[in-house]
Amino acid sequence: MTQHTPNRSWTLLFLGILAIALFCLDIMLGSVAIPFREVFRIVTTGESDNQAWLFIIEKIRLPKAITAILAGCGLSVSGLQMQTLFRNPLAGPSELGITAGAGLGVAAVMLAGGGSASMYAISQLGISGSWLIIGMASLGSAGVLALILLIAGRIRDNVILLIVGVMIGTITLSIISIWQYFSQPEQLQEYIMWTFGSLGGVTGYHLYVLSGVVTGGLLLAFASSKSLNALLLGENYARSMGLTVGRTRLVIMLSTSLLTGSITAFCGPIGFVGIAIPHITRSLLGTSNHRVLIPATCLTGTVLLLLCDIIAQLPGSQTVIPINVVTSLLGAPVVIWIIVRRNNLRSSFS
Amino acid sequence: MKNQKAIVETCSLAIGYRSSGTERIVAAGLDLQLRPGSLVCLLGSNGAGKSTLMRTLSGLQPALTGEITIDDRPLHALKPAELAQKLSLVLTDRIDAGNLTAREVVALGRTPYTGWLGTLTKDDHSRIAQSIEQTGIGPLLDRHMHQLSDGERQKVMLARALAQDTPLILLDEPTAHLDLPNRVEMMRLLHTLARNMHKAILLSTHELDLALQTADELWLMHPDGKILAGLPEDLVLSGAFEATFARNGFSFDRTTGTFIIHQPVDNAQIYLEGAEKPLFWVRRALQREGLGVSSYRNAPCLISISEAENGFEAEIIFQNQQVKVSSVQALIGQMHLLFPSSAHSRMTS
Repeated sequence: MTQHTPNRSWTLLFLGILAIALFCLDIMLGSVAIPFREVFRIVTTGESDNQAWLFIIEKIRLPKAITAILAGCGLSVSGLQMQTLFRNPLAGPSELGITAGAGLGVAAVMLAGGGSASMYAISQLGISGSWLIIGMASLGSAGVLALILLIAGRIRDNVILLIVGVMIGTITLSIISIWQYFSQPEQLQEYIMWTFGSLGGVTGYHLYVLSGVVTGGLLLAFASSKSLNALLLGENYARSMGLTVGRTRLVIMLSTSLLTGSITAFCGPIGFVGIAIPHITRSLLGTSNHRVLIPATCLTGTVLLLLCDIIAQLPGSQTVIPINVVTSLLGAPVVIWIIVRRNNLRSSFS
Repeated sequence: MKNQKAIVETCSLAIGYRSSGTERIVAAGLDLQLRPGSLVCLLGSNGAGKSTLMRTLSGLQPALTGEITIDDRPLHALKPAELAQKLSLVLTDRIDAGNLTAREVVALGRTPYTGWLGTLTKDDHSRIAQSIEQTGIGPLLDRHMHQLSDGERQKVMLARALAQDTPLILLDEPTAHLDLPNRVEMMRLLHTLARNMHKAILLSTHELDLALQTADELWLMHPDGKILAGLPEDLVLSGAFEATFARNGFSFDRTTGTFIIHQPVDNAQIYLEGAEKPLFWVRRALQREGLGVSSYRNAPCLISISEAENGFEAEIIFQNQQVKVSSVQALIGQMHLLFPSSAHSRMTS
């Protein structure tokens, strides 16, 4: 349905090349300097004379870069879906409290499970443990999303809906705080470390599980692109074009909860990616067509999260700062820029 | 045309809202028919329930009682996808898709026919091209929705409905927010579409004048919940049209088919005769000034009007005096000299 202007194709190609370049850069850079030739050899053949280097690349940097890609794609696509579903430019997983809902799910596993259910213990549980935490986080985000959808059905005003979302997020965080108050210090430390966000904690089985769930969520989102396009004209038009709005909402909700829930469960609450990336992508490509937007959003999300990860490692230093701090530092100005440049908003949402 | 089988039929339909046990009936006992190839205008004053009827007929809202059949099948039994191939809508809803181009919006009309990814086939493309041609929106295609004027946007939405390729199109106030030339163009376009494409088109509107001229049939919605259907001319001649919009302060002139905003004057003392075209405009000017026009030739004042090279000429005959004027302004000035009381009463009323 889109006439691919050469301009748009070039933008997509540029984003693709940038994503590959940043992926390589992300693997090469780190607190241990590894020569480029060695990195290339390890990635392509999986062999190296230096066992330490092999371990660093295969067990740390590669999983981390892949996690960055998964989180970048997942969070931004779930943000995109929510902006279309709620017809609200300021909708996003963290803005509407969906991430907080996922956090509640994680807190339930970590804090209520007692000492035996710390993140360390869960990682020892392996595959079943990762399913438990993904399941709880997705359930938490789905719960908040369902609540907001219920309210959205009654309230048509975008700003009010956003305020309600923020309030629900606050309530959810308060419940977590109460939980924290009555928890043991060791458990608390685990949980607080989790809230800083980290792309590095996902290895082994967990990476397979996360990849599977995120891929599933993305496929579900891409399959809804026709429905999402119809929803751009509003619910009444969508229904008149044969869309079963209830079922579509359910599918979008499922996809959003899976993406946000699984990523938040493993990487912690990563802010601003979900709201900022869809806007950047829309203004880059000048379209609202989801068949183009969903893949393009994935590319932009990948680029931005890899970039954030590279910055988080503070190249040339031995320290790593939490990923959540970097995305917020980078993302918040983007949101301000969006609000100040209202033109951009108006073109997509009026 | 009248003998043709109706595509939409309602049988003792009641519309309204039902919430927590209580019913609010907007209109009841509706037996309406919509035939292919005809343009039907739904008229009624604000709050008469036009939108409720449109929403009910399009399946966006359930009927309270009674039945709606589309192509001999009950509306409620049609699946959303099936209904989408029978009925398309043009609504007053705000479009949040400013970043979509007009072409993309028109293409969305093919949604009921495309596969799960929305890929367009050759047939889809030719339908889209056809509806673009019919609505004449070719020059707008690559512009974004937020760059279009209200009139252009409305035409794009109509093209989208045409691309949906349904025998029935429902439009909710398609002429709202449009200026006069755009309103006329939209109505003419809809009339042509009904005739040439053999579509059944139902639209709600406040444009009584345009509706009288273009509609094949009018549905007059009374505030008391009844709908009168018929040919515009029949409804005017029977007085039903007048009754629907009866309101203090203005009246409907059955002779000219226009609404008279100004109060009719009881003591009409002027008789007009002469050329039809200038006569129409002189009458309007007199009515605005509160000078009643009598239909009796023996009225005290006679104005005989004739067409001239640049406008008109009129001769005022009053109490054996004769005055000639060549502009409406001069005529009104003379009349105020002759009937000073009317100007006075206009100031005080």
